[in-house]
Amino acid sequence: MKTKVLAIDDSRTIRNLLAACLEEAGFEYFSAVDGREGVDKYSDIDPDVVITDINMPNLDGFGVLEELRGDGINSKVPILVLTTESAADMKARARAAGATGWITKPFDDESLIFALKRVTGAAA
Amino acid sequence: MTGSIMDTFFEECEELLEAMDAGLAAIEEGDQDAETVNAVFRAVHSIKGGAGAFGLDELVAFAHNFETVFDDVRSNKLELDEKLIQLLFRASDHLSDLVTCARDGGQVDSAHHDVLIKALAEYIDEDEEELVFEPMGVGAAFEPAALPLLDAVEEEVTYDIRFHPLKEMYATGNEPYFLFQALSDLGELSVSLDENELPGFDAMEDGENYLSWELSLTTLKPRSSIEAVFEFVEGLCELSITTDGDAEAEVDALAALNAAFGVGSAEEENVVDVPLDQPAPEPVEAPALAEVETVEVPEVKSDQAAENTPVAKKDAAKAKSAGPKPTLRVELDRVDKLINAVGELIINHSMLAQQIANLDASDTRDVETELEGFKTLARDIQEGVMAIRAQPVKPLFQRMARIVREASAATGKSAKLVTVGEATEVDKTVIERLADPLTHILRNAVDHGIETPEDRAATGKDKAGEIHLTAAHRSGSVCIEVKDDGAGLNRKKIRQIAIDKGLIPENAELNDNEIDNLLFLPGFSTASEISNLSGRGVGMDVVKNAVTKLGGRVNIASTPGRGSTFSIILPLTLAVMDGMVVSVAGHTMVVPITAIVETMRGNDDMINNLGADGTLLSIRGSFVPICDVASSLGLRGDTTNEPAGVYLLVETENGDRCALAVDDIHDQRQVVIKSLDGVCGNVPGVSAATILGDGKIAMILDPESIVTASSSAAVFDTDRRMSNAIAS
Repeated sequence: MKTKVLAIDDSRTIRNLLAACLEEAGFEYFSAVDGREGVDKYSDIDPDVVITDINMPNLDGFGVLEELRGDGINSKVPILVLTTESAADMKARARAAGATGWITKPFDDESLIFALKRVTGAAA
Repeated sequence: MTGSIMDTFFEECEELLEAMDAGLAAIEEGDQDAETVNAVFRAVHSIKGGAGAFGLDELVAFAHNFETVFDDVRSNKLELDEKLIQLLFRASDHLSDLVTCARDGGQVDSAHHDVLIKALAEYIDEDEEELVFEPMGVGAAFEPAALPLLDAVEEEVTYDIRFHPLKEMYATGNEPYFLFQALSDLGELSVSLDENELPGFDAMEDGENYLSWELSLTTLKPRSSIEAVFEFVEGLCELSITTDGDAEAEVDALAALNAAFGVGSAEEENVVDVPLDQPAPEPVEAPALAEVETVEVPEVKSDQAAENTPVAKKDAAKAKSAGPKPTLRVELDRVDKLINAVGELIINHSMLAQQIANLDASDTRDVETELEGFKTLARDIQEGVMAIRAQPVKPLFQRMARIVREASAATGKSAKLVTVGEATEVDKTVIERLADPLTHILRNAVDHGIETPEDRAATGKDKAGEIHLTAAHRSGSVCIEVKDDGAGLNRKKIRQIAIDKGLIPENAELNDNEIDNLLFLPGFSTASEISNLSGRGVGMDVVKNAVTKLGGRVNIASTPGRGSTFSIILPLTLAVMDGMVVSVAGHTMVVPITAIVETMRGNDDMINNLGADGTLLSIRGSFVPICDVASSLGLRGDTTNEPAGVYLLVETENGDRCALAVDDIHDQRQVVIKSLDGVCGNVPGVSAATILGDGKIAMILDPESIVTASSSAAVFDTDRRMSNAIAS
């Protein structure tokens, strides 16, 4: 059974980069173009881990965290935020909203896989 | 792989730059709504994010400055005044240049770059700038650079790790088990559970964690690698990592870590403890949550009717941004193949119709009915495919706003671009090829059309000039109009220049329209007085050529003191056109319907001889020169004794009329345009070819060039004098 990753990002470039890296590494990749679509697709996909951008139209990364964590049902699902902000406050905010960890853009394949490894235990 | 992702990035950049420009334009118009500002911020942010992935450092750095300023706008720290808006526009233009340079190679104007960076920096607090240069990357805080002593580890070291998760850790979805798995990748790991803290059942509190783990890891990796594993749970656990080894190194490492996290000195010398209740690094959770709630989530409005009222405009725009229609990205090549196939289908239909007509069958009505259906369907398919290639002119128009801004800045004039009909859809290729001519016309409009603010004030005009850029569909063609409210063309000067350049004789009698059209002559470049802005070595003839190549034409209208209007009229599609099938000296040819004003059968009374071989056609009291198509194409040597019976009245670009004499008119139908490029080059009088129903090839005539080639200036002059004489 492959580990299912749901990547939510409004940037096609970032989605493609994620897809390329994750599929190469053997993950099963799903994507959504903004937070709203991500949350809507979430239950159908039932991912093992979510990677979400912060700055997005319609529903941003914090909104995704709030909706997925909010009802307490998905408290176990690791959610990694994807952010260019290296500033500590962005991570603190994300964590306060229930983020499991973060991936700082620009990311390389290695650091992405390492982040996933730490929250899912899966190398793929 | 990376290459194609990079293509995606540049494609996306185009879209983002458009969105950014649109947002800035809206902001300039006064729409400083949070979502509009956010959209611009996101666009810049996404460009930065993508650029970072490809190591486009210059782009990242500039986007970052831009974004930082915009972030302050977003959080209302900065007020959007006119000056800032103009700076943002310039920054947006520059960002666009940087993207272009990153894609196509080349260098941006570094002086301009520095000026903008400096101008943006003036809006950035120094504190914020410090954040700018914080190291990026996963586990940045644990960057080996911060721990130089430990980085040198080469021998296997055994670390004793004590890990006690706080209950808060579980709310973030972090799992100790996975962390241990990640640790085991680093070396040899042994794990033991410490349940000594576990109280009696009655003393247990809900959700509290009483378990700790003792781990022992023997590894070649530096300590920073271990800390990187615990990065996500830092502050959510009690963690100590100790070795039997060098205590001094530990102390240094601790100091470095403390510096990195901004925490005070820990109590134990060789233990890194980062419990949650410590004075945490700067902004913690509490204020963050409050901020989260201020992030606006636009609602999707489904009320279609509301969109039509001006009040609902903003909401409609939001609704649009909220739910983009699903799209499919297709290679242009595939669409073009389809268009070609549809073209063939239409030809095939014509052939079939012809074959049926030629059949010696008594009753073909049923077949013909079916054939009509076939024709309708083919048309539907064709229109559908055309629609795929059609794109709104909006992005093009947005780029033009920039041209006007730049031109205004360069000339010290004040001009504003007002666009109308941005949603008008035009063939993709047409849009692409329109950019240059439009740019040129607009630069000219600012440079030569719009007066200086002082001159405008003196004539009672608003100091800021207005240029209207309009797109509209007009009976099977697209009309793009550039209208300025400037001084209008200086005909006296244009005429003088044309004479000086030897383009017209000194005594040439030209009407206003003809003078205006002198602008389009090759070699007419008012270089003596053209500023280096619009006069970049090309004249308006380039505009005309570009438009002609697209099968269109350009018209000028100008009123002194009131401004000028340049109209570009283009066919909707480059693949198919409506044509009139005629015969000329035994050859079947096609004349574009758009060029034909009217058709008539002539009789001898209507034809007047003029001079040795000139003939005029009398139409309702006015005279129009006759141009015999056959002779002008060299298909018939002598015109005088060959009565070509039918006349097609065509109008040339400068508004002159001419009667094309052909032998007969057969039919009016849609024809598929087949380019002659690469087959026989440029043939005067012929623009392309098509395949007719009978399978024969027919030339598509270019009335404009036939008229130009066959009629000498003398004929026109004579015509005008005669007309004048008749009129007076």
